[in-house]
Amino acid sequence: MTAAAQPLPAARRSKRMTPARWGLYAFIFITALYFLLPLYVMVVTSLKPMAEIRQGNLLALPVAPSIDAWVKAWTSACTGLTCQGIKIGFLNSLRIMVPSVVISILVGSLTGYALSLWRVRGGNILFGTMMVVAFIPYQVFIYPLVRVFSFTGLGQSLLTIVIIHTIFGLPTMTLLFRNYFASLPVELFKAARVDGAGFYQIYARIMMPMATPMIVVAVILQTTGIWNDFILGLVFAGRDNLPMTVQLNNIVNSTQGERAYNVDMAATLLTALLPLVVYFGSGRWFVRGIAAGAVKG
Amino acid sequence: MRLSLNSRISAITALLPALLVMLVVYIGATGWTVWMSLTNSRMLPNNNFVGLRQYEMLFGNDRWITSVHNIVIYGVLFVSLALSIGFLLAVAIDQRVRAEDTIRSIYLYPYSMSFVVTGLVWQWLLNPTLGIQHVLRSWGFEGATFDWIVRPETAIYCLVIAGVWQASGLVMAIMLAGLRGVDEEIWKATRVDGLPKWRVYVSIIIPMMGASFATAAVLLSTGVVRLYDLSVAMTNGGPGIASEVPAKFVMDHLFERANIGLATAAATTMLITVIAVVAPYFYWRTRKGEMR
Amino acid sequence: MQKSNVDIRSLQIGFGGLKVLENLNLNVEASEFLVLLGPSGCGKSTLLNAIAGLIDVRGGEIHIGGRDVTWAEPKDRGIAMVFQSYALYPRMSVRRNMSFGLSVAGTPRDEIERRVGEAARMLQLNSLLDRRPSELSGGQRQRVAIGRALVRHAGVYLFDEPLSNLDAQLRAELRVEIKRLHARLGATMIYVTHDQIEALTLADRIAVMQGGVIQQLDTPKKIYREPVNRFVASFVGSPAMNFIPGRIARDGETGFIAGANRLGLNGYAFRGLPTDAPAVLGIRPEHIELTASDDPSAVSARVEMVEPMGADTLIWCRLADNTAFSFRHDADAQVCVGDTLNVRFPAEALSLFDEISGQRL
Repeated sequence: MTAAAQPLPAARRSKRMTPARWGLYAFIFITALYFLLPLYVMVVTSLKPMAEIRQGNLLALPVAPSIDAWVKAWTSACTGLTCQGIKIGFLNSLRIMVPSVVISILVGSLTGYALSLWRVRGGNILFGTMMVVAFIPYQVFIYPLVRVFSFTGLGQSLLTIVIIHTIFGLPTMTLLFRNYFASLPVELFKAARVDGAGFYQIYARIMMPMATPMIVVAVILQTTGIWNDFILGLVFAGRDNLPMTVQLNNIVNSTQGERAYNVDMAATLLTALLPLVVYFGSGRWFVRGIAAGAVKG
Repeated sequence: MRLSLNSRISAITALLPALLVMLVVYIGATGWTVWMSLTNSRMLPNNNFVGLRQYEMLFGNDRWITSVHNIVIYGVLFVSLALSIGFLLAVAIDQRVRAEDTIRSIYLYPYSMSFVVTGLVWQWLLNPTLGIQHVLRSWGFEGATFDWIVRPETAIYCLVIAGVWQASGLVMAIMLAGLRGVDEEIWKATRVDGLPKWRVYVSIIIPMMGASFATAAVLLSTGVVRLYDLSVAMTNGGPGIASEVPAKFVMDHLFERANIGLATAAATTMLITVIAVVAPYFYWRTRKGEMR
Repeated sequence: MQKSNVDIRSLQIGFGGLKVLENLNLNVEASEFLVLLGPSGCGKSTLLNAIAGLIDVRGGEIHIGGRDVTWAEPKDRGIAMVFQSYALYPRMSVRRNMSFGLSVAGTPRDEIERRVGEAARMLQLNSLLDRRPSELSGGQRQRVAIGRALVRHAGVYLFDEPLSNLDAQLRAELRVEIKRLHARLGATMIYVTHDQIEALTLADRIAVMQGGVIQQLDTPKKIYREPVNRFVASFVGSPAMNFIPGRIARDGETGFIAGANRLGLNGYAFRGLPTDAPAVLGIRPEHIELTASDDPSAVSARVEMVEPMGADTLIWCRLADNTAFSFRHDADAQVCVGDTLNVRFPAEALSLFDEISGQRL
């Protein structure tokens, strides 16, 4: 029916601005300000010289905007003992993120595929355990894992942190792909079996090409998740590979003497930049990722 | 369909990583942590069984008690505020407002940022000398005080403000999906029945959204127990130990204070808490699944 | 119970640039059962929603019970409505579903109880009053939805495809129940459906709609026997009416030429003066009769397929010029594929349509 197919036009009076409608927009406007305020303050603070920050108003636009603080944050801010800026952290985070995203999606999709389409004995127990574990705080696992990695000789290293991200990304990735593959028509899988395709052939030639939307969602989830990680990078990456979030915290919170708020905010923005770009660039995909990740269990 | 031997072997090899992770990390590491909490390990792990002595010490430890106290305050406020604000935001967006996509993006973008970034931004905003308090005073509210972050009794509420700012968008997204799932004809029926809108939300829509509320609440609650980065970045547990949280207690005792027994006892306590939250939720979901 | 008439005057409805209804007029008498019938997208649900006040109109007026309600809120129109998806409030008991609207409106408690009890008795819902909608079958849910409408004691009851989510047997049962309800209450009812059987069985009058326009507004019998155009003729009736192309010939006696056959039209009530022109002949399968080969009006046809339908049999035939048609015959007919039959098209049961405009001649 036309009425069902079309969105119901809003009630007549709502087209004009009723008091209720004004209230609604006022609520939206005020809440939007609350959510935007920190971003705005970050941007303006990072563009002000320190003198202006000390004398002026937090919310004021910069009188003489300059990107000096950004340059300093990127190239020469001090993270503890060294003063090479946050770019070191940026590069470390990239080196951690790229292999972690690729490997965790590969392992997760393969696990999800095996658990959804192939009836493996004990598969449900394995899956159920993973779902419960996804909720357990890292603190429960961290110390034994540190011991295991130092025992194997890997210690704190790039490889260690990649393995760690793969391990802790596994439940969500498995869930994502398992649910997606389970939603595909089983006939597709059966047809491939009848055509004589084997386990890995079906995975690589049929299932993964069909899973493009889920791969996009998984990349978004993992990219932002791994980039934003703090605790795992701190414990497992090692002194030379500390990710950007850890470096940022060091820049801001272990400074001696007067704090350079503009540099701090520039560094903070630089750290938030990649997730923000992913978020605003991906639009509805991000929401989809949240929805897919939120149905844990 | 019967699986050929080849395929079966392939399926099992594909599951090996997951199996290994489950055995070594989930079961092995958890077991080891629980075991160590029953020993008197200090800087290095040992196997001297001391029963529940670490737990006695843990609950006699001021810093732990403060941490637990804080996480309860944070948890209750954070979950209830994020749920109610997120729900209100979703309801507002659901009123067919203009520029819906933009508004939704604004509400949700904080969720894409890390806790470290969130903590540092709010640390700056709440800075008493130059932050919001300063702004209020410069606007003529001379007596305005908003120095919570430097006062021990209020520092934890600053973490709540930042946490709610970061997570409300997530709740909004989950709730909006739930609201959009409500049958359009139910709305028509309520209009024919002449029900005021607020009444429809209170009496009909909210009771229908049990699943959305449960999902959001569980996600937020598990985030509460994990709370670490935000405390580290925003207040570093301070002033003093005023905003310490359990996860930070564990990390500090593992890596700085070299008290593995106490740290693992704290970690085990966290584990039990999470299971107490998650188990009923899983039970409820499975039962609901069976009823369908 | 109050019974209102509904008067719709030059109604216009659109969504954005799309015009759904334009200049639509319709008058529903008090106590009448009017069915809006048409295919999806014909505007029938839009019209019903407009009567309910659930969508905005662009122009025109809607009067219910003599009151102009064009801009009134749904609750103030004196209507009640039953929806396709039932739209029951899922977390409320059956009793609460029926009483909720009344209690919000501040109706006294004993009055609510009386009305709910009365509706429950009428719809045999007494034993279900404390259940939740999820514990009911589809048919029970729809009865609750009807009950929720009844307690409003409205002047007009609106039904938006209420039976289309049910299986065939339940649909037939509830159809009877709705008809009985109408007989008992004598309330004004407006009922939207795309199912022509529902329309024919329930309606006092049917409005057949297509493209936002009421094609024909008439009693079920007239709609069936004398469709005003080819659309109505083909939409109503199952198995469908046969259409045979040809032309009207006025050489002496008026007749219809289809290929080599000439059919006499003596007894057909032309609306105007017949002219020599291409036309389409429509005849319902049950109106075609078998006849002897020496009947001058006999047409011979070859049997192509036989479809037994239980009570009777549908026989598919082709004329010499390859035009196909079907006709209905008793189940015990001894007809085989390949047989040649002689059939007759009685003039008084025919419908003739202009080839171009599709209007009845």
